[in-house]
Amino acid sequence: MTRIADTFAQLRARGEVGLIPFITAGDPDIETTFALVHEMARQGADIIELGVPFSDPMADGPTLQRAAERALQHGTSLAHVFELVRRVRRSLTIPILLFGYYNPIWRYGGERFAADARQAGVDGVLCVDLPPEEAEELKRETDRHDLDMIFLLAPTSSLDRAQRVLTRARGFIYYVAVTGVTGVRTTLPADLSDMVRRIRAISPVPVGVGFGISSSEHVAQVAGMADAAIVGSAISQVIEQSLGQPDLVARVGALVAELKTALRSIAAATRNHTGTASSSRS
Amino acid sequence: MPKLPDKHGHFGLYGGRYVAETLMPALLELEEVYRQCRTDSTFKRDLRALQREYIGRPTPLTFAARLTERLGGAKVYLKREDLCHTGAHKINNTIGQALLAKRMGKERLIAETGAGQHGVATATVAALFGFSCEVFMGREDTVRQAPNVFRMRLLGATLREVGSGSQTLKDAMNEALRDWIAHVAHTFYVIGTVAGPHPYPMLVRDFQSVIGRETKKQIVQREGRLPDYLIACVGGGSNAMGLFAPFLSATAVHMVAVEAGGIGAGRNAASMSNGYAGVLHGSKTYVLQDETGQIAATHSLAPGLDYPGVGPELSYWSDQQRLRCVTVQDAQAVEGMRLLAETEGIIPALESAHAVAHAATLVPQLPATAIVVINVSGRGDKDLQSVASFLDENAL
Ligand SMILES: Cc1ncc(COP(=O)(O)O)c(C=O)c1O
Repeated sequence: MTRIADTFAQLRARGEVGLIPFITAGDPDIETTFALVHEMARQGADIIELGVPFSDPMADGPTLQRAAERALQHGTSLAHVFELVRRVRRSLTIPILLFGYYNPIWRYGGERFAADARQAGVDGVLCVDLPPEEAEELKRETDRHDLDMIFLLAPTSSLDRAQRVLTRARGFIYYVAVTGVTGVRTTLPADLSDMVRRIRAISPVPVGVGFGISSSEHVAQVAGMADAAIVGSAISQVIEQSLGQPDLVARVGALVAELKTALRSIAAATRNHTGTASSSRS
Repeated sequence: MPKLPDKHGHFGLYGGRYVAETLMPALLELEEVYRQCRTDSTFKRDLRALQREYIGRPTPLTFAARLTERLGGAKVYLKREDLCHTGAHKINNTIGQALLAKRMGKERLIAETGAGQHGVATATVAALFGFSCEVFMGREDTVRQAPNVFRMRLLGATLREVGSGSQTLKDAMNEALRDWIAHVAHTFYVIGTVAGPHPYPMLVRDFQSVIGRETKKQIVQREGRLPDYLIACVGGGSNAMGLFAPFLSATAVHMVAVEAGGIGAGRNAASMSNGYAGVLHGSKTYVLQDETGQIAATHSLAPGLDYPGVGPELSYWSDQQRLRCVTVQDAQAVEGMRLLAETEGIIPALESAHAVAHAATLVPQLPATAIVVINVSGRGDKDLQSVASFLDENAL
């Protein structure tokens, strides 16, 4: 079992829903990312999603575009990200998922990427612009090195298509909450929980929900329908607002703690109601 | 000759659909609709009627007598896409995609544009068919192609200035893709060249192939045989693929793809000449990028060529050595523009002027019996201001 699957099993056993915060590696610099990973883990993150910056992030809104720009200003590359993960692994076992676009991986070389990622201590990889149709070549390598390749499903995916994507899923499936790019939203789509339930009913792996999840309220909503909540732009916004401030890391930590508290209180409420740990997954 | 692309949209190593999951269902649906339309007699009849009565096709194949004399080599013919309605080949494609959008019941068209010619061509068909229309254009390009910005507005389109990244065509395409991801249900994305995810490279090529089919017929009528050389500029590659596609199996016909050499090493937009295989805007193809896979900044005086990628089919034929890639720099292109203006009374677009400039070096080396066709993909009115500034700055 991979570390990601293991984490979801433990969450389930505790009747909890996971929190997966996202930050862009190298935003604003690698040392801060190193500190942020530790702080987020300490404040209750269950899995860390590390963005590998790309110059042309076509599925990202302005907040994460700017985060990538800041990271690229001093040339953050895959090699730097691997080095960072290697250092983090001296002190942390929390699962780490790389999130990015295909070109930097392709240029690095799929086989070399998978080998180096595994060796550094990466647990999974998610490529936004690599749908299952094009992923076979890279997936052969990630499978060989026992990395979870995470696929996405979106509100536009038919149930039929979802079924086909799910047969290749490992680790968890990433459900894109909104028909749109990443970015902070004030509300989540009204039909989100129906959509997630439909996917979850046929999914052999846990379901994480991301894109637009921006607040404790959103996270609490997601807790009622999925196995994990993924929060990106809201965290990057705090980083952006705290640039140059001594308490940048602490402010991000406070947000992660707040989100985790929201998830835990929902889990506790559910347990008190049903008397069992989140029973819908069996 | 293999039938390309294959059923997954691949041209050998290149092409494919490298997009966010949100767009996959829309691409699969578009492919399905296009496959039906391709063999549908009503669709084909509507397309032919619009080509004839709206675009003004067939465009002439003009024998360039004084240019031929000036260059002192092969006979030179000009395929006159500058005479298409709106002044460039781009409308051959937008008419086709608008028919598809209508069939699919979409209400809104979006497009990216560099030179503004594709934006104008999209705004034009939106007006013709009654779609709403938004065009994404890099801020730098809105300045250097100001006349086209005004044309789009006059046609009722909304201009979306893109201030991110290098503020040129690549960034306009990023923004258009982001908009499409958010509005995919009722929006049709009209891609302006043979790039992007499958099925765009295939369908744009097919809609532009009318250029090559006409050329074939016209040159056989005039000369009784096929030409020896076809020359076209390459931004994304749609005017080139449109001219080349019907000649691919005629292996004696040489094809030359002219890329933007900009102002030299590190400051150009010649993806096939200087790039590496990579993934950009939905397909695998030659891409100008650094060693870590970040997309490079490009430069060309011609905004329609100022793009770090190229259509995947061109990458394929380049590897097969079925076409040859050459580069022409900014200053040479301006010379090419002057040459055609002075000898033939035709002011080509700066993009097309790259093809003319290459002809000026190739043609004198060929025998008088050889035949060369240059694709004059558009007219140069849009470029007058930027050429004037270029001449000023370089004291030419
Ligand atoms: C007149 C003209 N020619 C050529 C191009 C380059 O595009 P493509 O390579 O797709 O023909 C453009 C693009 O804007 C253009 O306006």
